[in-house]
Amino acid sequence: MMEPSVVGAEAEPRTGAGPLLRQALGLSTLGPLAALVLAGLFFSIQSDRFLTGGNLSLIVQQVMVVGTLAIGQTLVILTAGIDLSNGAVMALGNIVMTRLAVASGLNVYLAIALGLLTCAGFGVLNGGLVTGLRLPPFIVTLGTLSIAFALTHIYSNEQTVTGLPSQLTYLGKTFALGQTDITYGSVLMVALFGLTWYVLSQTAAGRHLYAVGNHPEAARLTGIRTRRVLLGTYTVAGLIYGLAALLLVSRTGVGDPNAGQTDNLDSITAVVLGGTSLFGGRGSVIGTLLGALIVGVIRNGLQLIGTKSIYQTLITGILVIVAVSVDQLARRRQR
Amino acid sequence: MSELAKPAHLRRRSAGTDGAPPGATRTTRTTDPGAGRRPDRSPRRRAGGMAALAIPVVLALTLAACGSSDSGSGSGNGSSGGDITVGLITKTETNPFFVKMKEGAEKEAQAKGVKLMTAAGKFDGDNASQVTAIENMVVAGVKGILITPSDTKAIIPAIQKARDKGVLVIALDTPTDPQSAVDALFATNNFTAGELIGKYAKAVEGSKAVKIATLDLAPGITVGVLRHNGFLSGYGLAAVDNTASDQVTAPSVVCSQDTQGDQAKGQTAMENCLQKDPGINLVYTINEPAALGAYTALKAAGKEKDVLIVSVDGGCTGTKAVQDGKIAATSQQYPLKMAERGVDAVVDYAKTGNKVSGYTDTGVTLIAAKPASGVDSKDVAFGLANCWG
Repeated sequence: MMEPSVVGAEAEPRTGAGPLLRQALGLSTLGPLAALVLAGLFFSIQSDRFLTGGNLSLIVQQVMVVGTLAIGQTLVILTAGIDLSNGAVMALGNIVMTRLAVASGLNVYLAIALGLLTCAGFGVLNGGLVTGLRLPPFIVTLGTLSIAFALTHIYSNEQTVTGLPSQLTYLGKTFALGQTDITYGSVLMVALFGLTWYVLSQTAAGRHLYAVGNHPEAARLTGIRTRRVLLGTYTVAGLIYGLAALLLVSRTGVGDPNAGQTDNLDSITAVVLGGTSLFGGRGSVIGTLLGALIVGVIRNGLQLIGTKSIYQTLITGILVIVAVSVDQLARRRQR
Repeated sequence: MSELAKPAHLRRRSAGTDGAPPGATRTTRTTDPGAGRRPDRSPRRRAGGMAALAIPVVLALTLAACGSSDSGSGSGNGSSGGDITVGLITKTETNPFFVKMKEGAEKEAQAKGVKLMTAAGKFDGDNASQVTAIENMVVAGVKGILITPSDTKAIIPAIQKARDKGVLVIALDTPTDPQSAVDALFATNNFTAGELIGKYAKAVEGSKAVKIATLDLAPGITVGVLRHNGFLSGYGLAAVDNTASDQVTAPSVVCSQDTQGDQAKGQTAMENCLQKDPGINLVYTINEPAALGAYTALKAAGKEKDVLIVSVDGGCTGTKAVQDGKIAATSQQYPLKMAERGVDAVVDYAKTGNKVSGYTDTGVTLIAAKPASGVDSKDVAFGLANCWG
């Protein structure tokens, strides 16, 4: 009896730690893992400060915000869509949270919840336009990008919000693991990646997402509610952008209306470097984590050895081309 | 991306045959062409893929090594420099003001035999990159950081963390908010810079009724506010001093637009102002690129001879524009001096533990092609001799 095997599954039993690990580190993540290890080795040779606990913890903190944005971006890209609005939505979220807590005097947790709700709301908007009006995600999120950007600047009146209550910046606090200080925010980011990986690879909802991204028509014919899956994906992505906003606030200690302006492209870079295909249906969120770490390692490492920051941009661009080429080679291989 | 939007050779084979019956034995292939069909890990292809990945990675890392030896080659020639590293963080890589600042810092670092590490934001207002740069430089062991803060409030927590670790932090050109958040500030007195051109404009216009357009920077940025208010105060149109944190206006100001200090945006702003009021005869601009943009707009409208443009910066391009008569007067500032004094201060701190503090005025001079009575100014020759860029 031939079961329609849903895309992305390696044809092996899904129980036990071995296959689980192989699944998490599927073929598409081997490339980014190799690149990350290479880069790490290179920089640890060039600078003796690179491999210290403090520095590695710093890299994770620096990757935290874009990495979280990239989780949502991965979900959207897996459905063969793209989200250009995530940086702007995050900025709006961070302003909503901070202004409500400071200027309007709302209860902090309520302010955070409203911020998350705002971002999830934009997710619903994006998803609704994509599924309801069948507009291409590129166009929809291009529009919502400007809308969110404008709303952020209008609502914040261009002022950075300072004097935040300590609950808002709680995730920026550190705890000591041996000699190293680790922030709660970094732990949250890693937990989010783990949770997303679990849902994507071990639950039906995740498999449906892959199916919709790989072949929407076939998915629909197997009984998957395609429009519901897409709407759900964009909404969950929006909620994740809200969490990124909270992490941003905890990292910088202020509500910044100018935040995140180039983060949409940075999150796409992380997803692409991680081996996820822009055509949808293939890829792993663990790859995205590796992709985000690669960018973080390169930026941090180049700074440590004193290279001009413009070279980071150059190298990131080269790596993106490389990652997409590898993806294309892999796709051609499978014909 | 829908199937039909892809070129034909990339489409899945079942696209176009709508409503294929489910459960057909070929379903596996349509949803996942690769799984369970043939082993897709042939060693030759995998090696090809990996090679494609490896070569550009090696290229990228080689570039990184070259890039670092480039920036490192200018240092370490001094006698006692040894291990001292100074960090310089500018708002952007591309604005000529900061390029000059970086050059000045590099020259001084070379002269003193210390190492200079640089970083910048991606755009004016990019706080996150500056925060990251501060953290990385502190880990790298800099003794002091010179910074032109993009967001004068948001950068404070990161600066505080650096100072807590014993790193000297000096703000260049732009004060932080509050100013006491850094150890010291080396900057132009931006209020005075505005005042000088305001006084000059008043001396030239006399009692003539003026219609003023102000081409400003961007909301909330202190440099823009200070120069704007200084101009109005120097002209005598507003009673405001350098402690005001918001831009003031006056009845004679018929149009105010933001330019972000950019030439193209300055041109657009001037065009919009001319549409609003064609009778504008005096233009204050935040910096020379904005002024040159305004000049282009005025020339296109045939008004360049009737309108007076004043500006701030004193870059060589702008000073040349004063010589050519495009800009009437400009307040010249000295980014090279800021950078030099900054590097010197950090070296002093590293060697003796002496922390510089407070505000050091790095000077501003009014440069005008035609002097106006009652206002001290220097001529274009002086301006060109001391310009930056």
